Amino acid sequence: MEITVTVNGQEHTCEIEPRLLLVHLLRDELGLTGTHWGCDTSNCGACTVWMDQVPVKSCTVLAAMADGRHVRTVEGLEGPAGLDPLQLSFMSCHGLQCGFCTPGMLLTARWLLDHNPDPSDREIREAISGQTCRCTGYENIVAAIRHAAQQAQQ
Amino acid sequence: MQVPAQFEYQRATSVEHAIALLTRYGPESRVVAGGHSLIPMMKLRLAQPEMLIDINDLTELAAIRVEGVDARAPGVTGGGELRLGALLRHAELLAAAEVGELCPMLHDAERVIADPVVRNRGTIGGSVCQADPSEDLSGAFSALRAVAVIQGGESARTVPVREFFTGPYQTVVGPAELLVELRIPLRPGGSSAYVKVNRRSGDWAVAAAAAALWLDGDDTVTEVGIGLTAVGARGFVAEEAEDFLRGLPATEENVVAAGRIAAQHCNPSADQRGPVDYKRHLAGELTSRALRRAAARAREVTWRSPSP
Repeated sequence: MEITVTVNGQEHTCEIEPRLLLVHLLRDELGLTGTHWGCDTSNCGACTVWMDQVPVKSCTVLAAMADGRHVRTVEGLEGPAGLDPLQLSFMSCHGLQCGFCTPGMLLTARWLLDHNPDPSDREIREAISGQTCRCTGYENIVAAIRHAAQQAQQ
Repeated sequence: MQVPAQFEYQRATSVEHAIALLTRYGPESRVVAGGHSLIPMMKLRLAQPEMLIDINDLTELAAIRVEGVDARAPGVTGGGELRLGALLRHAELLAAAEVGELCPMLHDAERVIADPVVRNRGTIGGSVCQADPSEDLSGAFSALRAVAVIQGGESARTVPVREFFTGPYQTVVGPAELLVELRIPLRPGGSSAYVKVNRRSGDWAVAAAAAALWLDGDDTVTEVGIGLTAVGARGFVAEEAEDFLRGLPATEENVVAAGRIAAQHCNPSADQRGPVDYKRHLAGELTSRALRRAAARAREVTWRSPSP
């Protein structure tokens, strides 16, 4: 079947099998390998992207379901002025070690800060509770998100 | 890589269209909404539908409506209904303030269903139609005595949620039918709570209990609904405990006794989440906790019937 998906503002028309998952469309068909493919069971959150402005786990969304919709991946965080402030905060606060969970963390955190610009640590931890980091870097991830929130307040 | 078996895919443009597709393709077709139960099962080849009918465009099934009451006006008499569209995402139910006011148990339950990103996608109708024995909303809607509205080709029918589940992963929804709405009866003077124990944040329940109860001016339980999750309770309900508590004062002693009765009559099985004794213990303890919390909330509610 043919689908048309807008990814990071760019329209793509692809011929796909209905059983293709969104994560594989992004990585294998469109070459956007920033979206990571992790547990395959919607537990780890490494594959999180936005679909129509809402974070979803792309290993559990069919590419066919994204037909006609807008998808935002980690590649779409960077703007004309450079990296998203959240990405800079992850760098300055050491919010990543191996980096596997980072794309999902960033997209979930971006959505949180867009909807709750001054979250408590508890709210940050709740928001990223569907994202698993196996470098046990949650302290620094929370600090990075808090840092980005504080920077935006100034 | 986990990949589903091959299937055909169509998007429904209306409820009628979805039912027409279900009718045309028969029992080998399946409805998909959030897909967070069905797609994992398809990846494991536990489900192999030949036709997938996507109902995500049917936004008319994602409404929250309060009929017949103004929940914010103190002293209102009479009843009403909270109507929840089957396509409501878990996150939408959790974000709806009126749901938290009228049925706080639904917010208790939604806070512990999976994680926020999964809740953005999974739907309440999908959860109850999946009928997983460990699914949280089945016990919650049963305790609330919700009614399921099921649309068929000719007409819609209503089925009490207590009669909706015919077994694990099985419901009364026919092959050419669609669950479209859940209706929760509302009466003044009551409240509700949901309490769950799981091994990790976002995991399925080891056990959970849902309680809805109504108190009169003397703290007597005039009506009560008790739901149980993941412990093999018939229809997700602790009917014997309900019968015991109805008409009694909501004292600590009675709440504990109701928990004991709920524990006696459920039928948990041992699995990786725990042995039978532990689950039975949880069923009793969580029933008491849910009743205690629901009673405390009911004593606080402003939405009360006036004294006779």
